[in-house]
Amino acid sequence: MDSNTNYSEDLKVIKKVMEESSRFLSLSGLSGLFAGLIAFAGAAVAYFVILKNKILLTEKYFTGLTIKELRILKTELIADLALVLILAIGVSLYFSYRKSLRKGLKMWTPVSKRLLINMLIPLVTGGIFIIILYIQNQWQLIIPAMLLFYGLALVNAGKFTYSEVFYLGLIEILTGLLCAIFPVYGLLFWCFGFGILHIAYGLTMYRKYEG
Amino acid sequence: MRVEISGLTKLFENRVRLGIMSVLIVNDSYDFNSLKATLGVTDGNLASHLKALEENSLIRVNKQFIGRKPNTSYSITETGAQLFRTHLKALEDIIKSQ
Repeated sequence: MDSNTNYSEDLKVIKKVMEESSRFLSLSGLSGLFAGLIAFAGAAVAYFVILKNKILLTEKYFTGLTIKELRILKTELIADLALVLILAIGVSLYFSYRKSLRKGLKMWTPVSKRLLINMLIPLVTGGIFIIILYIQNQWQLIIPAMLLFYGLALVNAGKFTYSEVFYLGLIEILTGLLCAIFPVYGLLFWCFGFGILHIAYGLTMYRKYEG
Repeated sequence: MRVEISGLTKLFENRVRLGIMSVLIVNDSYDFNSLKATLGVTDGNLASHLKALEENSLIRVNKQFIGRKPNTSYSITETGAQLFRTHLKALEDIIKSQ
């Protein structure tokens, strides 16, 4: 009997070590939840404050503006976007750090390095591509590009963390493609892709692994 | 190195060695310090178990320099992977047959 409990303990150790050394498990569901809320806040600021209740990206709206007004509008939108990005990355790191402390896991491991590299390749590519779109005044494609490249980054990341991230990535890609077909509703797709999906994902993950 | 009829390898009875093999079966290579952190063991303890696995050709040592710092990483050999999979299968079979 004694050796049998040893065998099952051995199996447990093997599974635990295999998982912990090949997957980044510090990713917290709370990161997703708060990233989603921040995305909503950013969209609300864009819609109510910057665009003053106008739907983004219609040709008519932009042609009605003077060059100066357009420049101010662009700057405000970019500032809003940058703030959302910084806050979202900040909370993700914060909650992951907290989870790693609580679970006694290391944040900086060979697998987290691999995760980062695999995420950064699509993300940086997407970032540069979006800057190009911006310079060329292809505004309509900016939100679809964000969703698409973010989705691709998550699909890549899914191999090195919870497999749910992979499926979240697939849905983000689908959202990005739909958004490219109906770019006039960019802000709504943004709210769905970065807001609702993140909140739903965050709550699911929190309940499943941290509840 | 002793492999029992059941498929269990004597060398893997130790938890640290079992841990090392578990890490290396799912990672192409893993460095000493990360192994130490993952398994939560001391330098000396880890080094002696790595040595034992290396002497039996179950793992391979890759020494290289990152800048000026020496960096030692380990990877599993074909024999090591085979024996470990057999060991794992044997453990599962024993548990299932209960």
